[in-house]
Amino acid sequence: MTVPATVAELVRKFRANGRIVIVGASLAGLRAAEALREEGFTGSLTIIGDEPDEPYDRPPLSKQVLKGWVPADHTTLPRLREVNAQWRLGVTATGLDRAAKQVRLADGEQIPYDRLLIATGTRARQWPNPDEAALDGVYSLRSRDDAAQLQKALAAPPSRVVVIGAGFIGSEVTSVCRELDLPVTVVERGSAPLVGALGGVIGEIAAEIQRDHGVDLRCGLGVSSLEGDSGGHVRRAHLSDGTTVDADVVVASLGSIRNVEWLEGAGLASGFWGVGCDAGGRAFDINGVVTDSIYVAGDVARSPHVLYEYQFLAMEHWDNAVLGAEAAAHNMVNFEPHYRPHLLLPGFWSGQFGLNIKSVGVPPFGDEIVFTQGSVKERRFAAAYGRRGRIVAAVTFDHGKWLEYYGKLIEHSGPFPPPPPGWDQPPDMKPIPAEFPQPGVPTALPDVVLTGHDPSERAAEFRPRPR
Amino acid sequence: MVEETPWQQALRYANRANPYPFYEELRKTPVARQPDGTYVVSTYQEIVALLHDPRVSSDVRKLPDPAPAPAEGSAEAEPITETVVSLEPNIITQDPPEHDRDRRMMMPHFVGPPHSPHLISDLEPEIRRIVDGLLDNMQGKTRIDAVDEFAYPLPVTVICKVLGVPLEDEPRFHSWIETALDSLDFGPEAASEEIQSRLAGGRQAVEEFGQFAAELLDRYAQQPGPGMLSAMVNEDGPETGMSKGVLVSNALLLIFAGHETTVNLIAHSVLTLLRHPDALEKLRRRPELIVPGVEELLRFESSVQFWHTRSAVEDIDIAGTTIPKGAPIFLAYGSANRDPKRFANPYELDLERRDNQHLGFSQGIHFCFGAPLARLEVQVAVGEFLRRVENPRLVEDPPPYRHNQIFRGPRHVLVDIDGIRD
Repeated sequence: MTVPATVAELVRKFRANGRIVIVGASLAGLRAAEALREEGFTGSLTIIGDEPDEPYDRPPLSKQVLKGWVPADHTTLPRLREVNAQWRLGVTATGLDRAAKQVRLADGEQIPYDRLLIATGTRARQWPNPDEAALDGVYSLRSRDDAAQLQKALAAPPSRVVVIGAGFIGSEVTSVCRELDLPVTVVERGSAPLVGALGGVIGEIAAEIQRDHGVDLRCGLGVSSLEGDSGGHVRRAHLSDGTTVDADVVVASLGSIRNVEWLEGAGLASGFWGVGCDAGGRAFDINGVVTDSIYVAGDVARSPHVLYEYQFLAMEHWDNAVLGAEAAAHNMVNFEPHYRPHLLLPGFWSGQFGLNIKSVGVPPFGDEIVFTQGSVKERRFAAAYGRRGRIVAAVTFDHGKWLEYYGKLIEHSGPFPPPPPGWDQPPDMKPIPAEFPQPGVPTALPDVVLTGHDPSERAAEFRPRPR
Repeated sequence: MVEETPWQQALRYANRANPYPFYEELRKTPVARQPDGTYVVSTYQEIVALLHDPRVSSDVRKLPDPAPAPAEGSAEAEPITETVVSLEPNIITQDPPEHDRDRRMMMPHFVGPPHSPHLISDLEPEIRRIVDGLLDNMQGKTRIDAVDEFAYPLPVTVICKVLGVPLEDEPRFHSWIETALDSLDFGPEAASEEIQSRLAGGRQAVEEFGQFAAELLDRYAQQPGPGMLSAMVNEDGPETGMSKGVLVSNALLLIFAGHETTVNLIAHSVLTLLRHPDALEKLRRRPELIVPGVEELLRFESSVQFWHTRSAVEDIDIAGTTIPKGAPIFLAYGSANRDPKRFANPYELDLERRDNQHLGFSQGIHFCFGAPLARLEVQVAVGEFLRRVENPRLVEDPPPYRHNQIFRGPRHVLVDIDGIRD
């Protein structure tokens, strides 16, 4: 038998009889399962999820669900096709044994696999003080249950809401509060809302918009503690400038934490920033060598992106979950040279304060910004981000139909500043610094050491950093 | 005699029934400069790029003046945009920010969550009643004209209701629209005496049509009534101030667009399905395919074959060509929708085609305002036609076509039938 024929036979056999396990039952996990079946995989498929629910959609949670338009349990993701899988919902994966090729579950069961897809996503970072986080009225927003509870609390209605953190989730929650006519105070450590994702220039605009909508926005401040009443309900937030804000609902929107703890000791390149993988979703092991049986997709994946100097990017975006899952699924049931890269131009959208905010590319990769279309004053505009004379991202406020144009420019390494539009030019088209904050340095990263002396024995090892 | 370009040949009346072989030739040069200085873009990717390119204007006032010199050997032709520019701009001939503002003012009265999310879907029973009535009227006949008796009356009745235009005025504006359309020609025949002599009539018709719309809007200003036009006149949202002229122009646009395109789409859908008995049978057996099926019909025979009001406001490099600043750009949707680089087997009618992002309604900020309504009308009309008409057979193929190239469609589609089911 020739080598290609042998490979084709292997692929055929695997597709017919292989065992695939997907850990993570959200958007990426579901779409990967569907794609596997679409690719002709008829072997056994197991999907493990720690939440009891079927896969549901998250974008509506911070918008329609919070407003009370849509009940939280009406967000189940539509099925694109029959996946015919064994669903293990409500049980957490607690470990991975790569030697035995088994996933360990919290209930003690071991699930064997031939190929594994890691799609465990992220979770909301909780308020760091556990006693304060346990107070009634303190919420975070990531899951369907979170949304249902917060919606109920907002409908009560509270006398004031404090939102800690003005990223996208925080800003969307704040927007809903204002739509419900609830007094709301936002406390943001950075100089303005959305600075991490879109930079200080856009952040200033977002700040104005919030203030125009009656938000009590406090930037450059943190919340030092939360104070509860004798009944254990939150009543007050103490800010780092010594002031206090009375509130009976507090929403901590402090960003996300990648769900990688269960992979500890598995010898994968996983950690604070996610699970490293190649552009085809194949996981790297701890030494940076690609594995053949483990794949990653969705929020938890980080892979090199050709458009961004091969930097490893983790993208917590909806289409990244879908398209990354599809690419990984394809590669799971194929062999080289039929691998497919996941070369998404990142993009996200957000609805807040009656505005449609959309972005393509990776704004923080840029250091300059230029307004290219529309009017900042009217809050309908497009702006491009650049780095070293090249356009790397764009953002639009109520101008989303132009995103396609900027996307194409970015894909083709178009110039920065981009060619000026023929009409509807903003008054000032000079590039200015985009004002991204310096990336924060995580404190909990483990130390990495190399062990072994002989080159053939050299290997990496993570060691927890002593506190 | 200078040899005609593929585009000119595609525009000849003799080729109206089947311009596709000429489009195929045309696509070999994705961006083809024509003798009159127009740049015709015929391939999918390039059209999409230009539809999203902010250096492309839709404002006819930005077209160079006077019109580019006619090709050597041809007679002096009237500038093609003459009849259009005699009116104030409407949303289709406006650039941002005016375009965005006016479209945003009109949208809430027509479609679109959150303002009136049910307006279109609530029309379905009414559309069904109209379609059933039209089919009932065919009972006892053995030969019908699917244009005059079916494709035409439905959209007209619906758009009059949506806009609040008295249906009894329909014959008047029908004739204005016909006259105006017949006077517009973008091909080599535009210079002919016949078309030149129609131009004055066309201008007159637009004038009278405009007068009619202005009077209607005046009436609604004094006494609000049902429909979208009245709502636009009596707008009291945060953004008001469409001038009277712009209001009239947009009203004309809506009456016209609600009229012409859907008629051709229904007519072409019936014609195409009768030409493809397998597809027809499949759709009859699986009525749920009507939604993707109509999308495929839109791709297969685009109601709007091309659009003619765009121009470059800067030099634009595309597909190895530079469209110079000021040049008029024609976007050939009908050709793009059969571009083999975008659609596999583009000449095949595949009712279950996936990834069917056709340009039948364009893209970008000028994406068809009426698309949701057109879709619903065609879905109901074609679905009911297939369900109720017994054994339909095409009498004449190809049927006679209308003169206009943009709104390309059959003038009549004669169909022999065995009867009408209940």
